Parts: sequence; structure tokens; C-alpha cells
Amino acid sequence: MTFRVNGLDAEATPRPGQCLRTFLRDQGWFGVKKGCDSGDCGACTVHVDGKPVHSCLMPAARAEGREITTIEGLAEGDDLHPAQQRFLDAQGFQCGFCTAGMVMTAAALDQGQRADPDRLFKGNLCRCTGYRAIRDAIRGAPAPTCERDAPAPAGPEIVTGRARFTMDAAIENLAHMKILQSPHASAWIRAIDATAAAAVPGVIAILTHADAPDRLFSTARHENPLDDVDDTRVLDPVIRFAGQRVAAVVAETEAAAEAARALIAVDYEILPAVFDPEAAMAPGAPVIHDKPASSRIADPARNIVAELHGGCGDVAAGFAEADAIHEGVYESQRVSHGQLETHGCIGWRDEAGRLVLRTSSQTPFLTRDALAALYDLPRDGVRVFCERVGGGFGGKQEMMVEDIVALAVLRTGRAVKLELTRAEQFTLTSTRHPMKVTVKVGARSDGTLTAIQMRMLSNTGAYGNHGPGVLFHGAGEAVSLYRCPNKRVDGFAVYTNQLPSGAFRGYGLSQTNFAVESAMDELARALGIDPIAFRRRNVVVPGDAMTSWDDGPHDVEYGSYGLAQCLDIVERALADGVAEETAGGAPAGERVSGKGSGNGACSAAGLTREAPSGEGSSRDLIKGTLGADWLIGRGVAVGMIDTIPPRGHVAESRIAVEDGDYVLAFGTAEFGNGTTTVHAQVAAQALGTAPDRIRLRQSDTDASGHDSGAFGSTGTVVAGAATLRAARALAADLREAAADRLGIAPEACALGPDGVTGAGRSLPLSVFEGLAAEGRSDGTPRSVAFNVQGFEVAVHRRHGEIRILRSVHAADAGFVVNPRQCRGQVEGGVAQALGAALWERVLIDDAGHVANPAFRGYHLPAMGDLPVTEVHFADTHDRIGPLGAKSMSESPYNPVAAALGSAIRDATGLRLTATPFLADALHARLRAAEAEAEIGADAVAAQ
Amino acid sequence: MDLNGVEALERPRGEAAAAARAGRLAAGEAWLAGGTWLFSEPQPGLRRLVDLEAAGWTPLTIDADGLEIAATCTIAELDALETPADWAAAPLIGRCCRAFLASFKIWNVATVGGNLCLALPAGPMISLTAALDGTCRILGRDGATREVAALDFVRDAGANALARGELLRAIRIPADRLRRRTAFRRISLSPMGRTGALAIGALTPGGGLDLTVTGGVRRPVRIAFPTLPAPERAAAALDAAIPAGLWFDDLHGAPAWRRAVTLDFAAEIAAELGEPAP
Repeated sequence: MTFRVNGLDAEATPRPGQCLRTFLRDQGWFGVKKGCDSGDCGACTVHVDGKPVHSCLMPAARAEGREITTIEGLAEGDDLHPAQQRFLDAQGFQCGFCTAGMVMTAAALDQGQRADPDRLFKGNLCRCTGYRAIRDAIRGAPAPTCERDAPAPAGPEIVTGRARFTMDAAIENLAHMKILQSPHASAWIRAIDATAAAAVPGVIAILTHADAPDRLFSTARHENPLDDVDDTRVLDPVIRFAGQRVAAVVAETEAAAEAARALIAVDYEILPAVFDPEAAMAPGAPVIHDKPASSRIADPARNIVAELHGGCGDVAAGFAEADAIHEGVYESQRVSHGQLETHGCIGWRDEAGRLVLRTSSQTPFLTRDALAALYDLPRDGVRVFCERVGGGFGGKQEMMVEDIVALAVLRTGRAVKLELTRAEQFTLTSTRHPMKVTVKVGARSDGTLTAIQMRMLSNTGAYGNHGPGVLFHGAGEAVSLYRCPNKRVDGFAVYTNQLPSGAFRGYGLSQTNFAVESAMDELARALGIDPIAFRRRNVVVPGDAMTSWDDGPHDVEYGSYGLAQCLDIVERALADGVAEETAGGAPAGERVSGKGSGNGACSAAGLTREAPSGEGSSRDLIKGTLGADWLIGRGVAVGMIDTIPPRGHVAESRIAVEDGDYVLAFGTAEFGNGTTTVHAQVAAQALGTAPDRIRLRQSDTDASGHDSGAFGSTGTVVAGAATLRAARALAADLREAAADRLGIAPEACALGPDGVTGAGRSLPLSVFEGLAAEGRSDGTPRSVAFNVQGFEVAVHRRHGEIRILRSVHAADAGFVVNPRQCRGQVEGGVAQALGAALWERVLIDDAGHVANPAFRGYHLPAMGDLPVTEVHFADTHDRIGPLGAKSMSESPYNPVAAALGSAIRDATGLRLTATPFLADALHARLRAAEAEAEIGADAVAAQ
Repeated sequence: MDLNGVEALERPRGEAAAAARAGRLAAGEAWLAGGTWLFSEPQPGLRRLVDLEAAGWTPLTIDADGLEIAATCTIAELDALETPADWAAAPLIGRCCRAFLASFKIWNVATVGGNLCLALPAGPMISLTAALDGTCRILGRDGATREVAALDFVRDAGANALARGELLRAIRIPADRLRRRTAFRRISLSPMGRTGALAIGALTPGGGLDLTVTGGVRRPVRIAFPTLPAPERAAAALDAAIPAGLWFDDLHGAPAWRRAVTLDFAAEIAAELGEPAP
């Protein structure tokens, strides 16, 4: 059939059941993205005869005779379409995976529609930004910027659809893989009969456990592989969760692979399953991993993958001297990362016979090391690289697809692609650890804490993944944030026959923070003390020991301390309506004391004063439109986080003069975290040039020295530190070399945008061709960063509906290298946490299946679901982090649920102890409380 | 997504060709209207699609008797309909379109008929056509035609009134229903989420109230009040009419919540329609 794409005549014949999305990608239009493939996310938006449609839902045959425009065809030559320009100007993206769909949708709207985009964009999901920057872009009203807001280098590629993500490659003779997943939660594979499947035309190989290496490993990736438990095989004859890999089909087409997959006959012996972590620890429970001590599983017989016990002082004595005690059980649910780009990998052998993997990972170097170990290959016999990664959030700090693609490449010799579907992403990868946290806290009547006790029960699912790390990390800062002589923490990470849990932004701290901060709010209320005043009395200040379960020595220091500022900022904003005050006045950053790091000058850019559209601003709502049914309340919560993960995190950077330019090679993958920009900024500053003069090579094991990966918020504070050291070393070398040539002292030489000047002469950079320097950072010592979140909410007393009237966040990120990006990290973290606090939940049914493996049943927040969060930065300068910076990617997530719960508590008198705070559940609580109050009133009347 | 099991796409051209196919769907065959549901999930067992796009059915027809909506009319076409000035119920059209979980881009492709046939409790075209006493025209084998009230078209969550191979051709809405004054309420668990409960009230010429409840129940429920009830009586009558098992239970809302908000909506609608028209 004939049709037109981006003004070009085209002729091609789609398959009968093919959708327009893959048909266009087959023809090289890689700007058309797959986020969900079910019409929910909008990443595949194209125009058909001028109308925007989701191309994943449109039968390709309907393109006949039509004019199709993709993101690649929107610009007129080099002139960007206004929608593209607006997204570039407002930097309305982070990872950029959703951007093509956003831009194509915006381009279809008229000016009036663009002014109020919330409802129109409910079919466009972004997981990174929290939508504020996107809304600004659509409206054509970018937030003001400052000189430090260097734009993301990839911006022009992203808004034009030219940025290449993992799957955006046309590879000749590519074979396709499909995974057969187990329908049973616990089973043993007696036999697999692949005869019929192998007979399907186009099938190249069918891989089963018989083909997999007889070797255990962990999907989790850490600098030290011994941090994780070895309990996983590439393909395992024992099935431990519904959805686990059973076999893989490699075929010439996806269709052939799918057809063959349906014909694989598996003989399962069904085994008993256990889904509840308490039950899994009880005597007599089925043992999920009968493995030796070398696996490093803490107690296989009791299904305990890791446990911890410790503390300080004497909690019994502490509770004995308390005037008020609160004890509660707080439960966090299973949450999906929801990165718009699913896991996926393309592997092949290069001309030298090396195994090469192009993958979507936060840890290309550690994945390379793991594959070398798994398949007995030399390290330099494996190359792993990432193009731009479409969102990570910790989910890609694991080897979820690379192991089996490597197996297929090694077995078949073919180039092999595995691209997970959204349903597979929900059922085959990982989620946040569901956790039940029991907290008991006590204080004297003056508000001084006397004891903190916490018991964590973490459900790691069928495999260990990040189970131990998340348990230990979660046991840390939520408790060590408080100065208290008596602490006791016990924790268990437990196997169950459920989908594995893994690394996810916050890494255990969001779950314990929800428990501890909710408990602190209750304790303050019980004592009649304002919750912020209660925090001021009890949080650690420089000089205090930071102690939780482990009372021993550590490498965490107060490199800077901005918590007091953060508390002040949020208190003022909530109490006085600071958003109104600062609308035409002083930026918030100038109102707080500090050492003059310069954050104040940029904080104004981080402050949004407009209210979300649609439902009206909070002030309007309060003034009139909210009726008597709405209850108003406020809540705050605090979070502390170590700026770097413990136990080693390494980054090496190399910067060289090449072809008259600087070329910076570093390991960090870019997935919207913005660290690429920061690397360029850091290097440029040290070299006296502009960020756009630094050419970047990154996230490729062939291109740079080692890098542990972009996780634990390390992109700036570890990898950035390595780059800073490399750039400073090169700067010194350049001065030396110039001094030699000019016959002057190195101190008399100055670095500039175009080379080195001294003694009235200037030497262009090309003179120093080949000069190079390296920098390394090993991630120690570490500092602490702080976050304070405040909410004002309205709760509908009859319907349970929750509306967020105000969302205020203060972050202590040290010196903020790039305020626009850092603000984006905070907004995105709060948004993601709001999704988890209010709506998101991966439901597991009685048989262990994920019941809602699609976005239409798993509610990722859309633009109109979320408030605008006012973001403020404390004015601090860290003496440990590079340029005074601290990490700020994970931590904004952590205090959100507790702050929201405390605001709801303030409004309704009800403490919600399990996320998400769904309207139907809150409604049930409100009705029950109402009934109780009526009974109470009746009883009083009867007396 | 690609439906890789589909081996053939049949595109009957013109009214007669489509009608000739009615009643003759073999196993593994399915009608393709907008495709926005079919292409959104794997369809194991599906081998052939019969595409109705080329049937050429006129999307919307307004005449003295009212409005005829072809099953293949897109949501966008319906939303853009310019209605006669005396159709007081016309705002319901836009409100029901906005009740979709799906965005306006899906409206460009998704069809009214497809939404009815999917028969989900949250289907807003079901809410619209049921509340306005629409009649579904159904084509069967060899030119057979039958009619079913839109109120009865959805039998249960996910189950419609079509026999195997039957084809929903159009929904006709009587003009007098379009002239009624109406009130609309809707709620979902999240601002941009799927409908949890939806209620529409229409004032009858005799001063009564036709109250139609969807979203929160497994199939549409109508209560006809001969006179406008007091708010609390509207809620009580609705509660009495809906057995506990009819409240829908899925992840988009617990039955107790759906019941409570729907009863509230009934009361609010009775109160609103008791006020003078704005």
C-alpha cells in the first residue's frame, strides 16, 4: 500500500495484525516510542492526516493513502516547530522517552487548549518530571533560569526525536526473543517438550534450563558482588513465582517467536507456595531456596534472605521514662518503577568475536563484569554500552534481560533482541519492596525522645535481588535522623513466592520513613507539641552521633547541614502562605541564613508560585469553592539520606584534548538524572570553558575506566567528583605545558574558552593535542542530605476524595550545580512518591499473579492528577561533595507519604497506616469513625 | 500492539458488504471498529479481523425523530456534534466523552459502538445512550435486524446482548429525550482516573425523574420516579433497587464506596433538578 510519512511517499505492506507504531519503526522512524503498547502512555503519538493518534492502537493498514507525521517530520528543515522549541526552552523533559509523544500532542493543540493542558494530556505519561516543566513547555511559559542552569546537551536531539534509546537501532539480520513465563507460583519443571515449537518456521533456538549455565548469581548490581545473594539462574527448573522465566524462543520474527512460545509444552509439578512473609518465616513453611551457605542467604530454612538486629542504649528503660508512647504498624505496598522505556537489550558478537550488549541499564560496567563471570569470558571479551536510557529509578540497577540475551547470542551466534512488553515489565522484572514496619516511639512531656524501636518485615519475593541492601539501607537514616539514647532495630527480608522486589528510588528508606515520620507526628500530637517544633527538638545536629541499628564506626559526616533551614522554609510556607508573599518579593533562598554558597540567587528559579490549573488554586478553594464537606489539614515529614551508598562506589573519568576540543569519557548512563549536564558543567568550570565545548563519551565499557553505576544518587557526588578531579588535573597539566612553551610560570597561564593565555600570548587548544588526565572517586567519606515535605490537603468527608491544596518541599542539596535540573529531580521524586502514596499498587491475586499488569489498571499519575510542588533549596555548601554539592535524586521521594498521611490525619483525625491512601479505603475509615462517633454520642445521651 | 496471531484483515467496502458479513463470524474472527481496545491487549486465538471502517456508515444523523449514532462514529465526531438549540440534554454528550479514561487522541479513533460492545461498567457511551433511552439496532444473518434498548444492551460487566456474529449498527436517541433537562455526576479514585461511579438524571415532561446509574454497577440501572423525589428518597429508592451483588468490585473502586457515592449522587441530582433551571 502507499502512504506518506513526513512528506515522503512510501510504499510498504503491513502485516494484517500490525499496528502503525511498529510499522513506522520498521521503516526507521525511531522517534515513535513504545511506553505501554496499549494506548495508555502516549509515547507513540503521531499525526494521521493532521490528527493526533496513539499509533500503537491504530491498525497499520489504515495508513493507506494517509499522510503521517512523526516527531522527525515536525520541524521545517532546521527550524523547530514551535512546540519543539517550547519543550527545548522550558527543558520539558528528563529522560526524554515520553517527549516525542508530548511534543506531538502539544503540536496538535491551539493556543486556548495549550493554556489549560491538564485534561488534554491525560493520555501522555511522564515518569520523570512530575509534569511542571512539561506544563510550562506546553504553555510556552518556561520558568526563569539562572546562569547555572546549563541546558541538557541532548535537548535538541530529544525534541526532534533524533535521540537514540536502546531499541532505536536498525540491525541487519536481527533475531527476536520471547520469554515463556510460568503460570504457577511454585513448581518444579519435570519436562519441557519443545518439539512442536521448534517446528514453527523461523524458529532459531529454544532455550531452557538445560541450556543455561549451572551457576547462581544475583540480578542486583553492586560494586562488591558479595553484597548480594547468589540465588538466581538464567533459567531454573524450579519456579518460585508466577511469571518467572521458563524458556526463551529465538526466532527470525517476533511473530514466529510468539507462535512457537505458545507451543512449548511444560510438565509442571505444582509445589506448595507461601505468599505472606510472616507465614514464610514460620516453622513448616515451604523452603523457597534450599541453598548452601555460599549463597550468602542468611537463613534459607526460614526463608530469611537477610536480617539485622542492633541499636543502642536500653529501649525498655527509655519507654519507662516516657510520658507518651505511640506504637503503630505501617505498611508500604508493592509499587512499579514505571519507567517509560521497558527493559530491553540487543546483543551480538563484534568482528573480534566479543560479546556486545546494547542495553537499558544504570550499571553497564557491573553488568559487563557479571556477564564475564557468568559465562567464563574475559572482562575485555564483553562490551556493554547504553545509549540514552528511558528512565531507571533503580529498576535498571539489575541484570534483568542481559543475561538471557547473552546466552542467546552465545548459543546462536546471531544478533538477538529482547524488548520487554509493558505486561512483562510488570510481571518479570521487579518492584519496590512491600514492607511492614512496626514502630514504637516514646518521649517525655517536654518532647524529648526517650526510645525508638522498629521492626521491619520486608517482602523480597521469590529472589533476593536487592533484598539485603534495601533492608540495611532502610534501617538507617529514618532512625539515625533522631537524637535518642535508646534505639532498637530488628529487620527481616523474607522470601515469598511473589514477584521479586528490587532497587527503587529511596532503597528502603521510603518505607521506614513513612513509619517513623507518621509515628513522630502521632507522638507530637499526643504531647500537644507542634510537629515541626517536635522535630527541631529531636533531629540530629552536627556533633550528634548518627546511630540506628549499627552503633559502630562509619564514614558518614556532616559535610554540611541544612535541615534547620528546610524546617523553617516549610513551616513558613505552610503557615504564612509564602508562595503569595514571594510572588513579587524576595526569593525564599535569600530569607534563610547560610554561608553564602550562592544557592539563594538561584532559588527563585526553583520556586513556582502558580497553583495547578483545573480545580483552581488552593486559595480559591479555601476561600469559597470548597463546601462544608471538605476537611482541611496540614502535615510535614523529614527525611535524611547519606549522600553515597555505603561499601564502595567507584567512578573513573578521563578528559583529553582531542581534535582541538575537550573529550570527556565517563561511565555514568544518562536516564534523565541530568548528570551528563553536570559532568559537562563541572569539567567546563575547571577548564575555564563553556559546557558545550566538552564532548562527551559515556556509559560504554569500551570508552572509559570503571564506573559502579548511576544509582544511590551518585551521578553527581561520585562520578562528578571523578570528573572534577580529572578536569583539575588536566587544567594543571595544560598550565604546565603552556608555561613550558611560553617560558613563564604556570601560575601566569590562564585557561580560556579557546586555549591557554599568558604573557600576552595565546595558545590554541590544538597545541595540546593528546594531553589527557584521569580522575577517580571512591565514594568515601560521605555526607548527609535533607528533605522536608509539607502538604495542605482537603478531604471530602463523605466521598474520601483527597485534594492537595499545597505541596511544599525544601531540600538541602548543598551547593546546587544546576538548579533547574535539581528542581526537576525534586519535583519528579515528589510526583513519583505521590503516585505511590495515593494510587499505585501492584496487586497480586491469590494464585500469585500480578492482577493489573498495565497502566490502565496501575494508575501512574497523569498531569492533571498532580499538584505543582513549590521547591526551595537550603543555602549550604558541602565540604565533601564536588563543588559543595550533595546528592538529590532519591531522597525527595522519602518523606512524601508520611507528610501526606499527617496532613490527612490533621484534616480528619484518622491516621492512615497503609499506602496507597485510596479514596474508597479512606471513605470506609471515615464512615466507621462517623458511626463510632454516633455510638459515642448515643452513649453520652443515655447517661 | 501488534496482534501477531492475526493472519488476515478483511475490509468490506460499503454498507451492503458489511451487512452481508453480519451474523457470519467464524471462531477466531472479530469485528474491528476503532481498534483501540482490540489492539491494546494480546488477543490469543484471534486470526482474522473484519474492519468496519470502510463500511461507510454515516457517523451522525440528526432528523425530526432525534439522533442516530453509527456504531463506527468516533468519540471525537460525537463530541464535535453541533446540536439543535432545544436539545437541553446536549451537554451530556461532552460530559460523557470527558468521562473516558482515554484522552482526546483516542477519541479520534475509538468508536461509540466499540465502547458499548466492550460493556465495561465504566463505559461512558453506555452511560450516555442508556440515560437518553437510546435504542441499539443490531444486524444479524441474512439481513435480520433487531432492536435492543441501550439500557439492556449491557447485560453484565464485559457481557453485551449480541449473539455470536451479530453486529451493532447504530444507536438511535429519541428527540424528546434530547430535549430534557439533565444533571450529571461522576467520580473516580484519581482526578484523571477511570470512572468509579456515574449518575445521570433527566427530568421527564410529566415532572418525574429518570435516574440512570452506571460506572458503579455491573450493568446500567434505571429508576423512573413519576414525580421528582426528595433527595433522600431518591437515594433510598436507588439503594432498595440495587442488590448488593450488583455493585461493581474491581481495582477502580470498592463496592461500598461506589454505593455510597452513587446514593449521594442520586440525592444531589434530585436536589439539583428540583431547583429552577439556570
